[in-house]
Formats: sequence, structure tokens, C-alpha cells
Amino acid sequence: MEQTIVESERLIQARALVASLEAGNDAEATRIIMAFPENVEKDLFQEVGRLTRELHEAIIGFAMDDKVVQAVQHEIPDAAERLAYVIELTENAANTTLKAVENSMPVAEELLHVSDKLAAEWGRFRGRKMELADFRSLSDDIGAFLTLSNGHSKILNKNLSEVLLAQGYQDLSGQIIRRVITLINEVEEKLVRLVAISGSTRVQKVQKEEVIMEGPAVPNIEQGDLLNNQDDVDDLLSSLGF
Amino acid sequence: MKILIVDDFSTMRRIIKNLLRDLGFTNTHEADDGLTALPMLQTGNFDFLVSDWNMPGMTGIDLLKAVRADPKLASLPVLMVTAETKREQIIMAAEAGVNGYVIKPFTAGTLEEKISKIFERVAG
Repeated sequence: MEQTIVESERLIQARALVASLEAGNDAEATRIIMAFPENVEKDLFQEVGRLTRELHEAIIGFAMDDKVVQAVQHEIPDAAERLAYVIELTENAANTTLKAVENSMPVAEELLHVSDKLAAEWGRFRGRKMELADFRSLSDDIGAFLTLSNGHSKILNKNLSEVLLAQGYQDLSGQIIRRVITLINEVEEKLVRLVAISGSTRVQKVQKEEVIMEGPAVPNIEQGDLLNNQDDVDDLLSSLGF
Repeated sequence: MKILIVDDFSTMRRIIKNLLRDLGFTNTHEADDGLTALPMLQTGNFDFLVSDWNMPGMTGIDLLKAVRADPKLASLPVLMVTAETKREQIIMAAEAGVNGYVIKPFTAGTLEEKISKIFERVAG
């Protein structure tokens, strides 16, 4: 559309030039010729001006957008705060779980140890290879073991309940992270619009570090050439002579 | 067997410590990054190093390079236990002289397998 307007303007100017030359009007002809390059420059400046105005308006619009203002002033700092809280939640859950496991292991080991010993004695009794005096002491040991296993089972039960409850962090941290994802998506949408107007031709090259650490593999995120599991790592290392 | 566990997350150190204890290694010590670990290694007569990669201060790969560059520590067996699974990084660790590479999350079985493999090779 714009193209045809420019062309028709030029056609009019060309006709005017021919007409003034035919009429012998040198001054008019010169003026028309001189106006040509000026027009081209004028178009360029107009185009730059238009883009600048649009960009300016977009930035103003971006800054004035309630949602963006809200995001910058409150939600992004909030999001950082929320994510820090996720770290705290997961750390607490891990510590609670680890403590319960550490407390349970010796309890389970003691049960195993004592029951092993009793099983050997019991085998002797069943095989009729036991003196009466030994049986009396075995009977006492079994009584003591019943008390021990009762108490230890209660301890294990309590520790397992703690592990169970500690898993609540998954629900809470999931909810918090989902909110942060929503916020990021909103801000991203606005930024994409801004980038589309300003043009993305001048993308600065990021200075690449020797090796950028990727951190944990996250599904559905492009992270470069990652290995999927320990087997792949082992294969790679053995190909390197490990 | 004196072992140093280096990881910036205390929970991960605790998990590794517990797994090592189950495997019969009870003499374990902890550091939260390479900067803390290196002086401990230089004076502590450690027999084995288990290190994460991504840590503030000094990373695991830099710690590994520092260990290999120190004549007193150069032959110390090093096991990397890390969430970094980039091919480039694993090759880099291999070139720097790592003895084993375990990716997180890992199982007790994997840790045991890699550790015994390292000791077999060190002994043989």
C-alpha cells in the first residue's frame, strides 16, 4: 500500500519534471530534481521516527501496565521470597526425614541382632539340645525380647509417622512454585511484545564461559547435551578408558 | 579409612555420610565447598574424597584440579557426586583425573559399586 503511494508520488514528480523540461522551465525542473534524494531521506527519517514513537509508546504502555507495575514492585520480590521459602521447606523436610531415619536404624539393628541370637537358642531348644538351666535363661531372654520389641516397634512407628508427615512439603512447595511460574509467564508475554516492536536483530552475543554448569536436569528444558542416567555416564567414562 | 565429604547442602552431606556408614566407613568428615576442603585435605591425611561439583566459593572441579596439582595429594582417589550431567562436564572431570562420577539422584547400590571399583583399581 505504502509502496504504491510512494511510486505514484514519484510518477507525478517525473511527469512534472518532463512537463517543466518541455515547457523550458529550467528553474522548476532543477527544483524537482533536487527534491528526489531529499524525499528518500525524508521517508527514512519518517520510518525511524515512526518506529521510535511506537517503541516509546510500548515502553510507556509497559511501564504503565498495572500488571507489570504490580509485578515489578511486589510480585517479583515476592517470588524471590517464595522461592527462598521453598528451599527452607525442602531443607526442613529433608532434615526431619534424615533425623527419623538416623534414629530408626540403630533400633532396627538392635531388633535384628537380638532376634538372631534368640533364633539360634530357639533352634537348640527345638532340637532338644538344651539343658533345663539354659532353657530358663532362654525363657527370660524371650520375655525381655518381647518387651524390647514392643518398645522398639513404637519408636519405629513414631519415626515413620514423622517421615510421612514431612512429605507435606511437596504439596506446599508445588503450590508456591506454580504461582511463580504463572508470574514469569505473564511478564514474559509482555516482554515478548516489547522485543517484537523494537526488533530483535541486535541480539548481543553472550560471552561463553569455558563450561557453564547446568545443574540438575529438568524435564522439557533445553539444556544441551545431557546424559540421562548413571548407565550413560558409565558408558561415556568407559569409552574414555575408565 | 578417612573420608572427606564436600557438598554445599548439609542434607546431601548427611545422606552420603549415612550411606558410607552403612558400607562400613565410619570415619567421615565434612566440608561445604572447595575452599574449606582443600586445607583439610592438606593437613588431614584423608584416604578418599567425595565431592559435589556446583558449590559457591570453590567448585568441585577446581578442587579436583587443585588436588591433582598438589604433589602430596595427587594420588588421592576422588569420587564426584553431582547433579551435573552434561557430556562436556563429565569429559572435563575425566580429563582432570576424577576416579569416579556418580550423578544425583543416586542409589546406595550405585555409590557402593563406584567406591569399591575405585578401591579395586587403587589396590591393583
